[in-house]
Amino acid sequence: MTGRRAVEKSTTPTPASGSTKRAPQGRGTRRTSGLKDEPEFIQLLTPTGERIDHPDYPLALSADQARSLYRDMVLVRRVDAEGTALQRQGELGLWASLLGQEAAQIGSGRAMRADDFAFPTYREHGVAWCRGVPPVNLLGMFRGVNHGGWDPNENNFNLYTIVLGAQALHAVGYAMGVQRDGGDSAVVAYFGDGASSEGDVLEAFVFAASYNAPVVFFCQNNQWAISEPVSRQFRVPLYKRAAGFGFPGVRVDGNDVLACLAVTRAALEHARSGQGPMLIEAYTYRMGAHTTSDDPTRYRSDDEVESWRAKDPIARLRAYLDREGQADEVFYKAVDDEADELAAEIRAGCLALPDPEPLSIFEHSYASPHAQVDEERAFLADYLAGFEAEGHRA
Amino acid sequence: MTQLTLAKAINAGLRKSMESDPKVLLMGEDIGKLGGVFRVTDGLQKDFGEDRVIDTPLAESGIIGTALGLALRGFRPVCEIQFDGFVFPAFDQITTQVAKFRARSLGTVRMPLVIRIPSGGGIGAVEHHSESPEALFAHTAGLRVVSCSNPVDGYWMIQQAIRSDDPVIFFEPKRRYWEKAEVDADLETPLPFDRAAVVRPGTDLTLVAHGPMVRTCLDAAKAAEAEGRSIEVVDLRTISPLDVDTVAASVERTGRLVVVHEAPVFFGLGAELAAKITERCFYRLESPVLRVGGFYAPYPPSRVEEIYLPDLDRVLDAVDRAFAF
Repeated sequence: MTGRRAVEKSTTPTPASGSTKRAPQGRGTRRTSGLKDEPEFIQLLTPTGERIDHPDYPLALSADQARSLYRDMVLVRRVDAEGTALQRQGELGLWASLLGQEAAQIGSGRAMRADDFAFPTYREHGVAWCRGVPPVNLLGMFRGVNHGGWDPNENNFNLYTIVLGAQALHAVGYAMGVQRDGGDSAVVAYFGDGASSEGDVLEAFVFAASYNAPVVFFCQNNQWAISEPVSRQFRVPLYKRAAGFGFPGVRVDGNDVLACLAVTRAALEHARSGQGPMLIEAYTYRMGAHTTSDDPTRYRSDDEVESWRAKDPIARLRAYLDREGQADEVFYKAVDDEADELAAEIRAGCLALPDPEPLSIFEHSYASPHAQVDEERAFLADYLAGFEAEGHRA
Repeated sequence: MTQLTLAKAINAGLRKSMESDPKVLLMGEDIGKLGGVFRVTDGLQKDFGEDRVIDTPLAESGIIGTALGLALRGFRPVCEIQFDGFVFPAFDQITTQVAKFRARSLGTVRMPLVIRIPSGGGIGAVEHHSESPEALFAHTAGLRVVSCSNPVDGYWMIQQAIRSDDPVIFFEPKRRYWEKAEVDADLETPLPFDRAAVVRPGTDLTLVAHGPMVRTCLDAAKAAEAEGRSIEVVDLRTISPLDVDTVAASVERTGRLVVVHEAPVFFGLGAELAAKITERCFYRLESPVLRVGGFYAPYPPSRVEEIYLPDLDRVLDAVDRAFAF
């Protein structure tokens, strides 16, 4: 599904009517990679690591910051690889890989302030990393020891949401709460190209526009919803949909961490300054399978995957660091070593995750006692005690 | 003591909750200037402002989904679904998100959402305006499901539901909105909203109902009295949890049970109660537990809805059958 991309020309969104300040727009976008069928989008770093400027999205980046983004991406890729390995070894029931989407997740995640709030799907391991969620916490649901397992308010990072698009509404509601509390925090709702067809995402657009809620809709268009190409979800580029709802939409090179950072920062600023929602379509690619249960060779070509490998987000930033002389082999080695240590930590943490106690299935459904739960818990406790009394259970 | 209709009693309960807790918000379609299609929120937007009495876009999933986000932020949203049949676009958010959220967060997050649903038939309405979907929600762990039948309960139970840290589906019997009763706003110990109530004592048979059917059962009990039968009526008030203790205690006194609801009998609340009471009161039962309710047909056009809905005669017919065993 590469042919249709050639028809996508415009990156100029329509700003929300009545907006007091001009919204960030895609004016001045240039095509630089030279790859065929490249759509137009905001890009600050070419696939070969050449830094380019964009008039609407200026980005001052120190060498430290560039190295830090590189480190983030390498570490989350390693976290992800460990997740896949743990699944292959039977330690996880499933894993949803972020491979290829590191720039979209780290760029947007690092654009957020501590008081902002992120609502992820189930693939935002990179955003979780930026929010400070310990990676081992992400494994609970994939190992089958819980269905989430962290306090969303601890790092302002909501629980993973499997029902597609449901979290977009939660994000808008949270943003409506921010409006009522009078703060200038902003909210990011993550979703994918597949979920963009869900009614909840579109209702979220309507509510956000109607209340001018401080929310950024961040769609990682990774081209594939399991086996369905984006052309099954939308016939005009997704970011253009925002105009119909009355807020700006922009497309960013989702494999360019600098562009993702700058554009998300601008959208968050747009939200916190009272100008309402924005839609960002991060144009990227799911390099791996949908999940470890998927076989992408049944529906997409190796050539397509290879063409995206040439746009790898980490290689691109490394090329930039080399070009600018901002990193050396000592640094790269240190990051790789740190990644290995992190992976070992995650592996140990995963293996140490205890299976839930049988009676824990009744825990936490209700804040105060519920007679049905109490009755069934007592029944199950007696039943299990019967086995123990007979010595059938350790 | 004030004489209030059910609609005004719920309105007064909402007002009191909003006065006592600034985190309480109302959300729904047409609930602001119009005061809701049944006027249950009448005057509240004028007094509490548009930020606390929120007219929403016409999207039920959107109402519940954004309410979840507001709850996560620390608010206590009270959502109005305009009619029972319109809750289904929000069914996904309610059952997959709201009901499970607390458990998924390992108890770290409260989900104090109230979802008010005017329900039941008998008002001559068009399709999707007369349904009783309580069993669908009671089947989902994580929700509380309650049903008020009268102004006193309307006033107190809505406040209790709002104070609850759990999500509550709050059914309001739309055909009873205009029925009046004395409401004592100074009552010190209102009955908790997870308890059933014996609303008429009797010795020979127990009628159990909730919401709109409580009045019908009281009328039936009165009519049966003329035939020499002493019938006890239990207003269930709560469907999840079910107050089985109160029903079982009543059946221990009477030996017979008939469950009445507007929802279809098939796979309904009556079936659950019949199973529970058979298990608990097997040796005391003089007859099988009987059920009276809607038929296994789509809710019918209003000109024939009276055939579908249990009424005094259908309740008494079941009472007769119970005594015939």
